[in-house]
Amino acid sequence: MATELTHHTAAQLAEGLRAQQFSAVEVTRAHLNRIAEVDGDVHAYLHIAGNTALATARSVDAALAAGEQLPALAGVPIAVKDVMATQGVPTTCGSAILKGWVPPYDASVIRRIKDARMPILGKTNMDEFAMGSSTEHSAYGPTRNPWDLTRIPGGSGGGSAATLASFTAPLATGTDTGGSIRQPAAVTGTVGVKPTYGAVSRYGLVALASSLDQAGPCARTVLDAALLHEVMAGHDPMDSTSLTGQYPDVVAAARRGALGDLGGVTVGVVRELGGDGYQAGVRQRFDEAVDLLTAAGAKVVEVSCPSFTAALGAYYLILPSEASSNLAKFDAMRYGIRVYPKGVDDPTAEQVMAATREVGFGAEVKRRIILGTYALSSGYYDAYYGSAQKVRTLIQRDFAAAFEVADVLISPTSPTTAFPLGDKLDDPLSMYLQDVATIPANLAGVPGMSLPAGLAEEDGLPVGLQILAPARCDDRLYLVGAAVEAALTSRWGGALLDRAPSLDREAV
Amino acid sequence: MSAISREEVSHLAMLARIDLTPDELDRMAGQLDVILDAVATVREVAGDDVPATSHPMPLTNVTRPDEVRPSLTPEQALSGAPESEQQRFRVPRILEED
Amino acid sequence: MGASGTGETVLAYDEAMAAYDPVMGLEVHVELNTATKMFCGCPTTFGAEPNSQVCPVCLGLPGALPVLNAKGLEGAVRIGLALNCTIASWCRFARKNYFYPDMPKNFQTSQYDEPIAFDGHLDVELDDGTTFRVEIERAHMEEDTGKSSHVGGATGRIHGAEYSLVDYNRAGIPLIEIVTKPLVGAGDRAPEVARAYVSALRDLLRALGVSDVKMEQGSLRCDANVSLRKRVSDDATSSEQKAVPFGIRSETKNVNSLRSIERAVRYEITRQAARLAAGRRVVQETRHWHEDTGVTTAGREKSDAEDYRYFPEPDLVPIAPEAAWVEQLRTTLPEPPAQRRRRLQTEWGFGDLEMRDVVNAGATEAIEATVVAGASPATARKWWMGELARQANTRGLELSALAITPAQVAELQALVDAGTLNDALARQVVEGVLAGEGGPAEVVAARGLELVSDDGPLIDAVEAAIAAHADVADKVRGGKVAAVGALVGAVMKQMRGKADAARVRELLMERLTP
Ligand SMILES: [Zn+2]
Repeated sequence: MATELTHHTAAQLAEGLRAQQFSAVEVTRAHLNRIAEVDGDVHAYLHIAGNTALATARSVDAALAAGEQLPALAGVPIAVKDVMATQGVPTTCGSAILKGWVPPYDASVIRRIKDARMPILGKTNMDEFAMGSSTEHSAYGPTRNPWDLTRIPGGSGGGSAATLASFTAPLATGTDTGGSIRQPAAVTGTVGVKPTYGAVSRYGLVALASSLDQAGPCARTVLDAALLHEVMAGHDPMDSTSLTGQYPDVVAAARRGALGDLGGVTVGVVRELGGDGYQAGVRQRFDEAVDLLTAAGAKVVEVSCPSFTAALGAYYLILPSEASSNLAKFDAMRYGIRVYPKGVDDPTAEQVMAATREVGFGAEVKRRIILGTYALSSGYYDAYYGSAQKVRTLIQRDFAAAFEVADVLISPTSPTTAFPLGDKLDDPLSMYLQDVATIPANLAGVPGMSLPAGLAEEDGLPVGLQILAPARCDDRLYLVGAAVEAALTSRWGGALLDRAPSLDREAV
Repeated sequence: MSAISREEVSHLAMLARIDLTPDELDRMAGQLDVILDAVATVREVAGDDVPATSHPMPLTNVTRPDEVRPSLTPEQALSGAPESEQQRFRVPRILEED
Repeated sequence: MGASGTGETVLAYDEAMAAYDPVMGLEVHVELNTATKMFCGCPTTFGAEPNSQVCPVCLGLPGALPVLNAKGLEGAVRIGLALNCTIASWCRFARKNYFYPDMPKNFQTSQYDEPIAFDGHLDVELDDGTTFRVEIERAHMEEDTGKSSHVGGATGRIHGAEYSLVDYNRAGIPLIEIVTKPLVGAGDRAPEVARAYVSALRDLLRALGVSDVKMEQGSLRCDANVSLRKRVSDDATSSEQKAVPFGIRSETKNVNSLRSIERAVRYEITRQAARLAAGRRVVQETRHWHEDTGVTTAGREKSDAEDYRYFPEPDLVPIAPEAAWVEQLRTTLPEPPAQRRRRLQTEWGFGDLEMRDVVNAGATEAIEATVVAGASPATARKWWMGELARQANTRGLELSALAITPAQVAELQALVDAGTLNDALARQVVEGVLAGEGGPAEVVAARGLELVSDDGPLIDAVEAAIAAHADVADKVRGGKVAAVGALVGAVMKQMRGKADAARVRELLMERLTP
């Protein structure tokens, strides 16, 4: 029973709860048991909030028994990326500097999840302050890929993706600054969506790069992602960049897409996001997906986005610049750890700040803060930050032109499958290249999805397909994504994750 | 642009209030060089006629009404403080008035 | 030359002026009187208990985001309009990055190269009635910092303190920073111009109703940049003088009264002149004004290494004020203070000197309100410039901070006019009102200060006085009318002051003269 419940999709759980086939407490307990069983190996969670999760589940069961009308995902548990401020629950962003910090307030997304009556199982591991593509930059140790425990689960949201792939949560939240939802989804065989910038409130999400960050759903199916997307998205007056006005119905789009008919849809293949530098197995699965889209009735065209070649450069200037400022608040004065410099009598506030930041931040964070400080310096601003902001304009123009001819764009999500832990730790640049295909969406603010496209032949590891849509047209991701998913699962005879190792103790 | 020197990294670390070790300074100078080299393309791509984009979505004039909302309690505000005294955040001595 | 307090060597002011021409730049920070902070909903009440008006936003907690206070933006635009500025059609906030414990995010949300208002001017009236035009460079929106108190060490000052305690209630309170262009051509009147400008700005902001403008509470703060250049002409406004390049400037921070501004600028001129005369250079630095000793002392040196790494604030969206809205705000502007002053002077019939004294004392509003409440301009002026000014002075308060309202002053004067009070009694009533005993009528009743208007008791007292001082009475009868004063005094004493002295005199004369 327990295993069965953890392998349900969120949609199935929601349906079963409403039909009272099982209770919310049973569902939550099944996941907590599964966490106890497998998370020692995977290390997807930094903190487990079993008691509060069960309390929420109990209140849902009581409400169901009383015949109350509840939100769609009431009682369906969720894992939350540790970047989201959660009142009363430690929130560390994978950083030592925030060790033990318990926020006195909830992020707006957390508020929405609580309002949706979803039990929060715990906080998931991540690269420190979401800087990284492997979750190895967590101060609390890496998360391992459930497909192969010697490999990375992607990053920064490797923890959230790994909860899904190891069946320790049916849903999880992520944040995506340059691919932190989509790339982990790709390398773990799960679904991840970065909505249009401003669709999900950033209030209470510890900021990495404010103009790039966007939270979104992580799930095992496109429909599940849509259900969570609906919970997370919506206008928030606490976030000045939060979108107002009409927002598309993503759940309806996912249901429609699952019918498999893409007649009338034009799909653009981005020339610059493929070819050399992409692993052969990745290219192969991508080409198959293109054929599949054609078979589903879509018209496939090639589009060119020439400025995308400068996207990585622009990204690694804008992100460190904004991050250097966003992370200045971690200074040992108001919260977080405080470290006194060694061998200094009666140190000043300034010395304590510098000593704390030296000890509290990891290598990648320090690297990017220094890089951002440099890019914003008066003598270099125009050459670096200023130029990067112009590239951003060019990328937006490329997207606009591409969306003139195509309804959605597609590419591989990541150039490679999951690489071994430790492989790229000493080579920041090759780590950065992991995000080459996902970054343009963040620079332009447009939505993107990654969903499983199969396993690469050479290593048997998951490959992700990325779909991009115009701003505010997130529903197109779900329409096309659900169609691709339906076609692939019918070809595979089941979900891709069915082929993942079980991780059960007995089976090892 | 010329390579980034160790001294420059040291100055940046001072601005960013990070007490980098000599080892870190050496390593970082090398790594930043590689990264800056890779990102330098941005300077060639965009001409003077291209406007800069600071915000991905073109929103303007987002304000809130001048209405009081609940604050935190002082206990909540101070709950994360490394040290507090007299309901205030206690911080090490401050060198210079700003 | 001579030493001054703990300060440096200074040159006599006249000598300094003979050799150098001062150039000033004035930066005024004004706290808006909005109900909530600039970017969050915390209240802005002054003097609340520490850290009781803070939230995740103004405490800089991880994840929190700013949202602009509509009233703060409106205040900024109205200030810009009142200063004859151009209002930006599109502008952004910027982050000013530097570490300081009283700044929760370690960046200040401010504006950099895109201020909301720019290129304006304010005409300032000087003591002699002439007008000096102060060119305004910009007015921009930003937020205040928290407040540190320093513990241990000698004096509670920052130097030598063991540690500090920070209260973030003030962090995030809306500030408008108003920056002048370099003020040239003031010559030896530079200190006066500085004072008159801040005074005029304060009046304007008060008239706009956007700020409490209480310098003693820090809701209006002034930084004064001063530099000297060689004097090449007797006329500070001559073109050859204006062509001389500026010298290196110092920035004197947080000068917190009008009088101090004048003194601080004057001191800096004499200090810098002494350095230059001795062949030394002026250091570009922050300086701190010491009210007690009347000198400035060196603070942080402003080097080129200082780099705030400004960039557009990504968490706030650009501001693009609609022209129609700006024009609508323009209609809400009060009459310009100088124009208003001229109008009131005519209406009140005050002489130039009288009016200038009123303005310098900051009594214009009080007199206006008192007149509106029914008093004559002359009596309103007499109260505010006389007894009430004296009371404010002994209490160390601004006139506006006295615990008596213009309406109460008018009521008091009405009691005098009705013969219920004489001047001496009226002053006692003022004491009572200021002591919080209630309004004038209540104080009169409670203290029993009403004049005796019934002639019966008066006549008894008059006759008693004539009997008791027969010698004096005889003198009066003999034609020495001036001697009646002593008798009046005796009657007043008998009546314990509660008599109309004029009536007493009348009754006495009726009895002592044919
Ligand atoms: Zn606040």
